[in-house]
Amino acid sequence: MRHGQYRFIVGFLVMPLALYGVFVVSPFVQAFYYSLTNWTGVSPEFDFVGLQNFENLTNDSLFLRALRNNAVLLAVMPLAVILLALFFAFLLNVGGRGAGSGVRGVRGSGFYKLAFFLPQVLSVPVIAVIWAVIFDPTPTGLVNSVVRRIGLGSSGWLADPDLALYCVLWVLVWGSVGFYLVLFNAAMSSIPRDIFEAALLDGAGRVTTFFRVTIPLLWDTIQTSWVYLAILALDVYALIAVMTAGPGGPNNSTQVISLQIAQNGFQFGRAGYASAIGVVLFFVTLIIAAIMLRATRRERIEY
Amino acid sequence: MSTPNAYSRRLFLQRAILASVAAAGGGSVLAGCASGGGESQDTSKGVDKSADNPFGVKSDAPLDVVIFKGGYGDDYAKFHEELYQKRFSDAKIKHAGITDIRQQLQPRFNSGNPPDVIDNAGAEQLPLSTLADTGQLTDLTQLFDTESIDGGKIGETLIPVALEAGEYGGKILVLNYALEVYGLWYDQTLFDEKGWAPAETWDDFLALCKEIKGAGIAPMAHQGKYPYYIQQVMMDMAVKHGGKEVVTAIDSLEPNAWKHESVKMAAEALLEIKSKGYMLEGTEGLDHIQSQTRWNEGKAAFIPSGSWLENEQKEVAPAGFATTVAPTPLMDGATLPFQTTRVSAAEAFIVPAKAKNVAGGLEFLRIMLSKEGASKFTELTAAPTVVQGAGDGLDLTPAAASASALVESGGDDNWNYYYFNWYSPMKPKVETAFGELAAGRITSDEFCTAAQKAADETAADPQTKKRTRS
Repeated sequence: MRHGQYRFIVGFLVMPLALYGVFVVSPFVQAFYYSLTNWTGVSPEFDFVGLQNFENLTNDSLFLRALRNNAVLLAVMPLAVILLALFFAFLLNVGGRGAGSGVRGVRGSGFYKLAFFLPQVLSVPVIAVIWAVIFDPTPTGLVNSVVRRIGLGSSGWLADPDLALYCVLWVLVWGSVGFYLVLFNAAMSSIPRDIFEAALLDGAGRVTTFFRVTIPLLWDTIQTSWVYLAILALDVYALIAVMTAGPGGPNNSTQVISLQIAQNGFQFGRAGYASAIGVVLFFVTLIIAAIMLRATRRERIEY
Repeated sequence: MSTPNAYSRRLFLQRAILASVAAAGGGSVLAGCASGGGESQDTSKGVDKSADNPFGVKSDAPLDVVIFKGGYGDDYAKFHEELYQKRFSDAKIKHAGITDIRQQLQPRFNSGNPPDVIDNAGAEQLPLSTLADTGQLTDLTQLFDTESIDGGKIGETLIPVALEAGEYGGKILVLNYALEVYGLWYDQTLFDEKGWAPAETWDDFLALCKEIKGAGIAPMAHQGKYPYYIQQVMMDMAVKHGGKEVVTAIDSLEPNAWKHESVKMAAEALLEIKSKGYMLEGTEGLDHIQSQTRWNEGKAAFIPSGSWLENEQKEVAPAGFATTVAPTPLMDGATLPFQTTRVSAAEAFIVPAKAKNVAGGLEFLRIMLSKEGASKFTELTAAPTVVQGAGDGLDLTPAAASASALVESGGDDNWNYYYFNWYSPMKPKVETAFGELAAGRITSDEFCTAAQKAADETAADPQTKKRTRS
């Protein structure tokens, strides 16, 4: 590179790097530091306590409960969203097969795309409020009216400790499928049509095409989605805080790590302890992302 | 009282980041130090104290007031500011009526630059016990020892609960301004129409519930999403049975305080209401808005709450709805009379120790506690204050009238409890136990064990400051 070019490049990078440093790196570094203190969050004075906060975490039954609930969400949510989104995207792209017209989506696929994407436009608290109303626990609630009509009796839904987490899970899936559908849809449209037509000529049915052609060609996109969804499953703060009783659910059935951070940091005046939970969440997220990227690594297919 | 903690995660993170950047002192971001110069610069020093100016307020010292603009609004504070301005005409008064107290003030506390007067209330309030324990609040004892604007020592012009509720570690650090009366609320119009009256004994209460249910109305609803509300009914019944010692032991985190016979009996009573089908079906999953609206619609007869209820529901309540409070019924062997209830003081006004104009802050509170200041509050908000007799002569709503009557009839027998404010980490644990009990999913013994476990954990926690009731 010629002399002067470096200065040019640095000139462009200074601002974004400075912003990144101030608004991303610095809070992280500070959180690590505060996790080793007994900072209350509302005082300029605090003491250094070493690893005490982390030691206390191992005995904190609520934190362990939260960890377990996050694990359930992590195991089910990404898989469910990806499968549903893939299935719908496939139908929208190559699902319809009119006589002799080659490969195309089902009729009205444009409308379906819009309908599925709609939840993405709503902010999370709005989604939470809407679904809290739909899951109204009184016998005249929306879901209850339907299940009662088909003879299943009414239920507390979000007020029932056995169901609350699954209700949240459902809302999470409902709210996320649309975005990943559009993502997979875009990835699928970039696959050359002739590959699908070749598969069609070779006599492959829809199922075979889906598993043997579509999924391998979309693998990179699926992998990235998986990591994003895993991070979402480790968060879910807004949904839990707005939708569930307490918040944290009846008998802590929807307690999650992010809620524990907010409660400790802001309500209990234990910002140091909350930072320690944040640090744990940071490493959990990092490790899970690394594992997912590793475990799902495959040879890349060029087309 | 609690309201849902509803802000988006993105906003939450943005503010958390801003707060931590501010905490680090703005520029020195990587220094990782939350301290931002903690010197108190009291600009009010140097003026002689006089009978008319007992704290020695400098006439031109600016005053910074932050008010929680919730159910009571902030018009009353603007009136108090006018009164302050009349006394100190050169003072520049900065008024802020906000709801997100914590987000806006946390950075100011961390940088040692808090306002002079704060009304710390609402869902987003600063953790009061933490501020008290870390010495960040001005001792208000001097205020209560000072001569009131209307004459007499200020402390003696107040309802005693005001002083008790503001006490932290032997000092009075908080002025709780509004008087709150708790009980079971009903619609007097509906009850008159049906010929019902609130029952005094437990047996009569059950009989009344049966009659109400027979009329196609659920006898009781509660704000199940926030078990704090149903907690109040059960605790009140326990206190009326076993006396105030029941709650003083709980507040002091005494061993086995939750296993007291009266607590267990009250838990049984609550289970009985649930098992006999006297609760509105599904009320365990309703929030305060949903449940109180159904109560306003006449789907439930009683609902637990405090004296803010009428004001909170005024947009929803149908015409002719007469919000009225009844005390909780007496169980067999009760030691307190029927016409007694929990009375507490709320709307926590504080003067930060590091405020620039501490004297002005104290003077502002003195103005609030004058007859003129307090009666304006009641006039604007329909809520009583802790100033005795300040509401006299005002036209009261049914809720305010019945609540005032209960304050009067209960007198010294009325009580208050503080464990929810004192031990914030214990609150969600106990609330969980109350929630499970009210839903009938645990027995009274399991409830007592769970609540006692939460209390024992709190007592053993080195980070929690233990307090005792006198």
